[in-house]
Amino acid sequence: MAQTLELWIAALLTFMIFSFLYKDNPFYKFAEHLFVGVSAAYWMVIGIWSTLMPNLVARLWPSSVSGFINMPEDAQPEYHFIIPAIFGILMLTRLVERISWLSRWAMAFVIGFAAGTNFTRYLQSDFVGQIYNSMYPIIVKADGGFALGATISSIVLIVGVICALIYFFFSKEHTGAFGAASRLGIWFLMVTFGAAFGYTVMARISLLTGRIQFLGSWLASIF
Amino acid sequence: MAPPDRDCRHFSKPALLLSLVLFLSPVLLLCTGNLPEAGAQETTLTIPAIVHPELATPTNVEAFDSPSDQGGSITITWEESTDDVPGTTLVKGYVILRSESPTGDFEEISSVPPHAEEYLDTSVRNNTDYYYKVGVVGAEQTFLSQTVGPAVAKQQWFNSRKVNLLFIALILTFAIILYVFQAKAGKKLYIRRISGIEAVDEAVGRATEMGKPILFIPGIQDMDNVQTVAGLTILASVGKLTAQYETKLEVPVSRSLVMSTGRETLKQAYLSVGRPDLYSDDMVHYVTDEQFGYVAAVDGIMVREKPATCFYMGAFFAESLILAETGNSVGAIQIAGTAMPTQLPFFVAACDYTLIGEELFAASAYLSGDEKMIGSLKGQDVGKAIAMFFILVGAVLATAASLSGNEALTGASDWLRNLFTLNF
Repeated sequence: MAQTLELWIAALLTFMIFSFLYKDNPFYKFAEHLFVGVSAAYWMVIGIWSTLMPNLVARLWPSSVSGFINMPEDAQPEYHFIIPAIFGILMLTRLVERISWLSRWAMAFVIGFAAGTNFTRYLQSDFVGQIYNSMYPIIVKADGGFALGATISSIVLIVGVICALIYFFFSKEHTGAFGAASRLGIWFLMVTFGAAFGYTVMARISLLTGRIQFLGSWLASIF
Repeated sequence: MAPPDRDCRHFSKPALLLSLVLFLSPVLLLCTGNLPEAGAQETTLTIPAIVHPELATPTNVEAFDSPSDQGGSITITWEESTDDVPGTTLVKGYVILRSESPTGDFEEISSVPPHAEEYLDTSVRNNTDYYYKVGVVGAEQTFLSQTVGPAVAKQQWFNSRKVNLLFIALILTFAIILYVFQAKAGKKLYIRRISGIEAVDEAVGRATEMGKPILFIPGIQDMDNVQTVAGLTILASVGKLTAQYETKLEVPVSRSLVMSTGRETLKQAYLSVGRPDLYSDDMVHYVTDEQFGYVAAVDGIMVREKPATCFYMGAFFAESLILAETGNSVGAIQIAGTAMPTQLPFFVAACDYTLIGEELFAASAYLSGDEKMIGSLKGQDVGKAIAMFFILVGAVLATAASLSGNEALTGASDWLRNLFTLNF
């Protein structure tokens, strides 16, 4: 009985959301508000139990949560976690107009930390990794001759990378030969986007198929 | 003629010799032990037991703290057993045993296949003594090496495997700082125009003329994503324009921290153009963290309020096309910017202008006019020039080495490539 009820609720909400394809209507509004309300509350609970409790409360006051959070029995308080606790409290100062400026300290810390950690991450993956993976022979030999397919692939790789980099070069006006290379670069990008577009649309179609199959199982349960 | 004599004397000599051999052969076989005794056919044949030889133990076993790591790891190396010969099956593998005392009980912690000569023990605590033995596994028995240790796992402050990364980072940082100082000194730094940036003024003006609101979506990621930071920087520029033109601006967000930062950003923008009275905290409002819950709400806002302009600036995922298609259906002029390669095709297809990848960061620098950001953009261009140079030189060297087979060229090509090797 409970399963049937769940199936009916899910199917009706699916129809309510799909009704948006026709136009905005009260059914869509209802499903939208329900979705937003439930998900906001759900994420708040997730935030408390997967972030606040294990990463702060369990570190500062282990005995208080040892019964319902997976942690070593002999866990000792780690008092340096008082620092993130203070930053968290600073965020809450936004609720008091007179001292709300204090929340900027916490925000500055988050943004500064993100910039610092992302600097090395992007440097590795987008810069060093790109250079390393582009240093291949332009003309590829195989069995004493030339591997035509691999050579064409290699030329496309090198020309594509260089031209795309030129497109993203902001310090020089894109005119003359530089401009031509830049235009070739945007062509490379657009061809890549086209391929990615087709690939992702196919993935979305499979999602739609999955939802229609669900509606099919709902219909099967009725008849 | 006399009848044939039956006496043996009448047999021929070869016949007599053959008879003697046939008579004596069983006797000879019995004497040599090659003839089964009487009743031997009824006894069970027994196969003699295979004696497994003693295997040579691994030599030069060493255990040491794994270098350039955060601790929690000890490396054990050894030279394989001399019986571990390719093509043979005498050695089944190696086992690694560990104890916290040289005389204590050694516990098997892992096993590795034949010919292995290294194992990384990542189940250790920092600053604790560990002793190890490596055993070579035979068919029935394991032969252990001498105990080695103590090895102590420690955290290193410097990761020597990433020296190349440090060097490159220093060059880029130096270039950025140099340009920041030049910008601060008043030097006019050239940055080419980007069509998407030029369209911002036009888009805000259109909304003002139509008397409709502007919708600004700073992605669905948190403040630890640089794309969100770039999106909020563009929000500041858009906010200054909406404050000047008295145009309604709405910013629904999916992260609480983005809401706080967005409010601060917008408040500052309205203040900077002398219109703090037009600012309201409700302009930047939280919806939900849930991706498609957020999309459902933003789609609802679009079809009900029918904004004249939609900005999508930040990190997006599967929601990009849903948002952009809905915005398109309500007739809004749409400007998008993201560095998410998988979502760019959707914005390119459904929006009027798209800032592709790094153009998003360039736009935030360009619109803000901030010396630090413009200097940073110029410094990054130095990085791109360096990348293009090394890619071209590396490819030409690799081609020359491949075609000529010259050892010096091959060595130079490998050396250059190793400069950009990622060692994790």
